[in-house]
Amino acid sequence: MAPTRREFLKIAGCSAVGLAVPLLPSRAASQAKAPTAAPPQTAPPPQAALTAKRWAMAIEPRKCRSDCTDCIAACHLEHNVPAIGNPKDDIHWIGLEKIGHVFPAEAHPRLPEAVRGLSVPVLCNHCENPPCVRVCPTQATFSRPDGIVMMDYHRCIGCRFCMAACPYGSRSMNWRDPRPHIRKINPAFPTRTKGVVEKCNFCEERLARGLLPACVLACREKAMTFGDPEDPRSPVRRVLDGSLSLRRRPELGTGPQVYYIL
Amino acid sequence: MKLYNRGMIIAGIVVFLIAATFPLWYGRGKTVPPPDLKLDTPAIERLAEKRCVESALYMRTSHMTLLTVWRDDVVRSGKRTYRATDGRLHSINLTGTCLGCHSNKKQFCDRCHDFSGAKPACWSCHAIPEEVR
Repeated sequence: MAPTRREFLKIAGCSAVGLAVPLLPSRAASQAKAPTAAPPQTAPPPQAALTAKRWAMAIEPRKCRSDCTDCIAACHLEHNVPAIGNPKDDIHWIGLEKIGHVFPAEAHPRLPEAVRGLSVPVLCNHCENPPCVRVCPTQATFSRPDGIVMMDYHRCIGCRFCMAACPYGSRSMNWRDPRPHIRKINPAFPTRTKGVVEKCNFCEERLARGLLPACVLACREKAMTFGDPEDPRSPVRRVLDGSLSLRRRPELGTGPQVYYIL
Repeated sequence: MKLYNRGMIIAGIVVFLIAATFPLWYGRGKTVPPPDLKLDTPAIERLAEKRCVESALYMRTSHMTLLTVWRDDVVRSGKRTYRATDGRLHSINLTGTCLGCHSNKKQFCDRCHDFSGAKPACWSCHAIPEEVR
């Protein structure tokens, strides 16, 4: 039989009291603790870090000025990437490639000259299903919950399995001590050492300080957009919603998170 | 029993014993003065309460453990603030927080590491601000 209105109100009232009672002592305890829990802070309070369910980047190479390397210069200065000047030992976090190398399946001889001549910025794709993470024997490369594929240089043993696994050539090996080849060392970011592999980290150290990636801020043409594609108000989502975007070699199933609009 | 080449063998054994026991008797009786650590950097002088992240005793014996925890917190978990046992917050940063106060790495870190024969690999990657400027 369904309860009458009166019975229902009685049960509801008893339940509310029953739920509230266990909360009372803990609240009193936390109030008592509160004054001692406010310590003198020597460190500044942590700045509002940028967070996302998943970070992604949209690149519009048609906006790039020809011969512009601002994004590369900003990234490599920020992260102490050496300029070794020898293609065999070259180390790069971000670079420029012709369309035929970036999209080998899409490139064909009938592409307009304006597209064929484009220099496309290429960097680590921070894949959803990163092959480099799967092959790393020491878990030096790992996926963060926000999608950033990170390197822990402390753990890297320089086996270069990840370089073999990455279909995008996004990784570089330090064949020699990089320090003499760094023009100006930024002490806020560690350099690397001989015998470790390195790559783009989507500027996770800048995101933690509330700053956008260095390449995105350095681009005067606003050709790079960074954000969370799962957030409808994110700038990257606006760019992706606006036109057809391509990802590098999606047929491999790596789920790249760098989108190109051509 | 006849021992051929008696002279050479005995001399060889004597040389071997001297060489093998060299570390045991060479430093005998010598006292090496403990390292003279300098805590007089401008940043430390400015501190109202001269207290490291944790107590001096803990830092002396276990700073390497703390640094390992800090390393894993930042790199693996993205956690960049450390709450000390006395409740103070510190930003986790080797070059910023540690070397911010101990800017005299040569008179502080290196002297004790040289004394104890420790060779930490930190500085092959982490830059020392006073050296790169």
